[in-house]
Order: sequence, then structure tokens, then C-alpha cells
Amino acid sequence: MSLGSSGEQQRPDRQHLDVPPTDRRKIVAACVCLAIPVVALLWVPAYAREDPSIGGVPFFFWYQFVWVFVCSALTWTAYKLVQSARGGKR
Amino acid sequence: MSAPLVTDSSVNWTALVVLIALFLVVTVLGFMASRFRRGEKLDSLDEWGLGGRKFGTWVTWFLLGGDLYTAYTFVAVPAAMFSLGAVAGFFAVPYTIILYPIIFVFMARLWSVSHRHGYVTTADFVRGRYDDRQLSLAVSVTGFVATMPYIALQLVGIQAVLEVAGVGGGDNVLAKDAPLLVAFAVLAAYTWSSGLRAPAVIAFVKDALIYIVIIVAVIYLPSQVGGWDEIFGAAKDKMAAPNPKTGAPTGSFIPGDGQMWAYATLGLGSAMALFMYPHSVTASLSSGSRNTIRRNAAILPAYSFVLGLLALLGWVAIAAGTDVTGLDGKKNAQLVVPQLFEDFFPDWFVGVAFAAIAIGALVPAAIMSIAAANTFSRNIYKEWLKKDATPQQEAKVSKLMSLVVKAFALVFVLTLDKQNAINFQLLGGIWILQTFPAIVFSLYTRWFHRKALLVGWAVGIVYGTVEAYGVASTSTDHFGGSLAEVPGLGDMGYIAITAFGLNLVVTVLLTLVLHALKVPNGTDVTDPGDYHADADDPRVQADLAVEEPLAHQPDR
Repeated sequence: MSLGSSGEQQRPDRQHLDVPPTDRRKIVAACVCLAIPVVALLWVPAYAREDPSIGGVPFFFWYQFVWVFVCSALTWTAYKLVQSARGGKR
Repeated sequence: MSAPLVTDSSVNWTALVVLIALFLVVTVLGFMASRFRRGEKLDSLDEWGLGGRKFGTWVTWFLLGGDLYTAYTFVAVPAAMFSLGAVAGFFAVPYTIILYPIIFVFMARLWSVSHRHGYVTTADFVRGRYDDRQLSLAVSVTGFVATMPYIALQLVGIQAVLEVAGVGGGDNVLAKDAPLLVAFAVLAAYTWSSGLRAPAVIAFVKDALIYIVIIVAVIYLPSQVGGWDEIFGAAKDKMAAPNPKTGAPTGSFIPGDGQMWAYATLGLGSAMALFMYPHSVTASLSSGSRNTIRRNAAILPAYSFVLGLLALLGWVAIAAGTDVTGLDGKKNAQLVVPQLFEDFFPDWFVGVAFAAIAIGALVPAAIMSIAAANTFSRNIYKEWLKKDATPQQEAKVSKLMSLVVKAFALVFVLTLDKQNAINFQLLGGIWILQTFPAIVFSLYTRWFHRKALLVGWAVGIVYGTVEAYGVASTSTDHFGGSLAEVPGLGDMGYIAITAFGLNLVVTVLLTLVLHALKVPNGTDVTDPGDYHADADDPRVQADLAVEEPLAHQPDR
């Protein structure tokens, strides 16, 4: 495979240069799913405190551990949303 | 040698034997890996450097995990927690969580356009998007230079393990460095013969070991030192105690006033920077489909959880009173995790733990050297030195370069002070983030002007370097940390993000000027549809058939 070969423009087999049909509302919903953990973790003043602690672990620490799972679930949801927005394919 | 300087400096033979046995297992695996999902054409960059671009979800998961969570992470994050506290160490947790939404957004597009045009590096993409050799060179050189100290730091991780095991350190130059030399010679040999398939296979072993060790440690150790209450209490006391040199608190228990911005920017900046490194891109592009990356974005945070537990081991060590005096008699926080294991576990398990860290260094070192070598052969050798290089020559140059890169890292660590490797790694993180606009923004828009992106990159690099040079710490006058005061804000922030902000402002303003002056913005060989192409896309199949008629016969 060549890097950006100039002959590509002339190829007869490149008809569909368009973006696949997309359900915009689902894409927006996916973006919201992805934005939530980023905002939640970058807004440090919201969780930089000790109480309530669980089993000796201060809030600051367990809160961030919980986000590992929440972020994972939200990212999976976003994946499903994007798939269905692009007709289950792309 | 005079009187013993540390409590236990003798060689831990049981641990060493276990370590060597596990090392032999991965060596055999590394050589056998060349047969793993082998393609028909062996001597191309796609095969050697990207494993044929057909790794599935699980292989990619192990490969990316093995790539991103390195030995240095296992050694340095707990060390930072141990000596400086949460802002310096625990930011690794939000960093490795928000990383995945960020790559979810742009990595599928990069995968698709790379698949469609046969791009191996981000500089390939930038070259195709703008037809600008200087911008492409800037991206590739930044990636290459930033990766070198990263490889060197993997050696620092192995050194820490060997030192606690009782080998290395000391006076005898040959005995001191021999284990490291052997490890690297073996690594170089199987990377040469198996390419990216070697770290992909070894990553399975590495991750299995890491998970076992960390889970056992986190269940067992807290009860030995009096529970989590005791651990957090000891950490809080240590961090609040004034540093004898400066009078300021030793570190941070939980980010306080004026430290929030630092914590947030360290997380955000590191997350944005990580997938600009060639080794992360290589591991991503080797996956077999566009959606492999997105599925991985949802399951990779499992590593973040382990990393968080690992970070807390730094504080377990505070409660346990771990002594981090090295074989040379000096305090070295990098030894904290290996030493903690040696103090509390039976020798054979210490061996398993040490093997996990050492093998955890070999996987990323292999991927990093392959990625840096790909960048060199594609964007420097082929673009500037030998334009008509064949795919075979490209692959050959990559293989040779991967050796050179590893040799360089070895010389770097053995001849220079360890602190230099850490300084350059810090600079590397600041530099690599400055390629973000040219790569990620360009995946979405061609509004930005190629020359503006180049100038913005340069301004960000210069500003970041000058700022980092000016940071002093208790142990060094320069490059003492990654935080500096953000102009106009007053709080401390991650230098890479401040430099990135400046980079962005310069790029936007200059783009407006250049568009107003109607300066041409290069030609774009990509089409909007390219950013959505998948492996089974009829267009990709059609194009591949034109380019490689033999490889895609219908009866295949």
C-alpha cells in the first residue's frame, strides 16, 4: 500500500466518498455519555474531601475507583449508541 | 565493601531463580510468536510493525494494556505516592479513566483513515492530510524523541527490581550491568524475529502475573500493617509533616486549595498526550477493525483499577515503614514497591512479583522500539533519505532502527544519571502533547492552516521546555517536576497543558491571518468517507485489490 498515492483520484471504483448515514440524536447522546466521566473527574473540588469514608478509605479515593466502573459502562453505552446510529455497521 | 548499609543486601536466591525461570518462559514465547496469526507476506512494515493489522479485541486489550501500563508506571506511581502524595501520584487514576472516552472519540477515525490509506504512523496521516513535509517531520521527530527516554525508563524499572533482589548496584561495573544487558539482548533478538507479535504474546503472561501479584498484595498487605484506617492515617501524617529543607508540607494527602488545578491538568494533559506517542498508535492500528478500539475503550479501564490499587501500595509502604535505602546507601523511592514485596512475602512469591515488573518492562520496551523504528523508516528514511524505498527495505530499516533505539536507551541508562532519563521523560510528555492539534483536530477539520499548526507546535515546545527547565525541587535545580504556575491564574498547573493552550491560541490566530492572506493550505488526499471505513468496507476491499492483486484473490 502506498502512502497517499496520487493515482487514487482517477480510480473508477471510488464512487461512495460520502459519510455513512447517521442518526444525529444518538451521536449526541453518545457524546454526552463520554463527556460525563471527563467532567466528573476533572471537577476536582467536587470530590477532594475525606468524608464519608468507607472501610477506612477516604471519599476522595473510593469515589475515583467507582468512576472506573461507571466510565466503563458509559463508554460501552456510547459504543452501542454509535453502532446503532450508523445502522449497526460503522 | 565496608559495613553493610542496608538491612538485607544479600542476594535473594529463591526470588532470583523464579525471576529467571519466568524470564526464560517469555523468551521462548517471544521467539514462537513469529508464527502467531502469520500473514503471507513477511517482510513488510504492515506485517513486522503492525502484526498484519488483524489483532482482535482481546489481543488488542492485552497489547494496549501491556503497552500503556509500563514497568516504570508500576515503580514510579507508588514511589510518587510514597514520597510526595496524591497530587504527584494518584492523578494516574483519573488520567487513565478519562483517557478512554478521549480515545473513543478520535481513535476510530484515525484507524479508518489509516486503514484506507495504509498509514503506519500519525506523521503519515498528517502528510496525507496536508501534503506538508515539514509538519509531518515535526510530528515524527517529536514522537521519536519523546519515545527514547520512555524506553530508557523501562530499564530503570528493571534496575529497581534487580537492586532489591540483591544483584546490580554495587561497585563491580560488569556484574552490576550484566543482568540488564542480557535481558536487553534477548529482547532485541525476539523483537527482531517476531516484530509486534512478540510483545502481543508476552503481554498475556505479563498481565496475568501483574493481576495475580497486585490482587494478592492488596488483599494481604493491609491486614499486616493494621488495616486501611492505619494506612491512610500514616500517609496523612507523613504528608502533613513539614519537609526539613523547605518547611512546607512533605506532600498532599488529598488535593487542597490551590492544588485542584494541578490535579485536574495532570490528569487531562497526560490522557491527551498518551495516544500521541507512537507506541500507543502502533498498538491501536494493529487491531483488526474499527470497532476493536471502541470495544477496548470500554474494557481497558480494568487496568486503571489495578493501577489505583498499585498507587495505594505506596501508602501501604508508609504504614509498613519500608526502608528504601539502595545498595549505594542512598534513599531511592523507586525501590518502594519491590522492597515492600520483599519485606512481606515468601521468597518464591517475591520472585513472581519481580518477574511481573521486569516482564512488564520488556513488553512496552519492545512496542516502543518498534513504533519509534516505524516512525523513523516511514517518515524520516523514506520521506527524506530514500524516496523510492521498497516495502522490504522499509521493513529492514525498521528492524535495524529498533536495535539502534534499544542500544541507545541502554547506553542512556548505563552512562548517565537516572535522573536524566526521568527529566527527558517529563519533557517528552510536554513535547508530545504539542502534536495533538495537528493530529486530532485534523481528523475532523482542515480549517487549521498547516503552517499555523507548525508554528503553534514550535511555540508550545519552546515554552514547555523553558518552563520545565525552571522548575526546581529539593533534589535538583532544573526539571524538578511537571508543575509550574499558570500565567494569569496563579495556581500551579501541568506545564504541558499550559503550553498546549498557548499552542492553540497561536495556531488559531495564525490560521485566521493565513486564510485572510489566502496562503494555500496544501492538498488533501483523504475523503470524508475514509474516516468511517471499516475492515470489511467494500471500498477498502476494492482499493486493496487494485494495490495488491495477488493478496486478495477471490479463492483466498
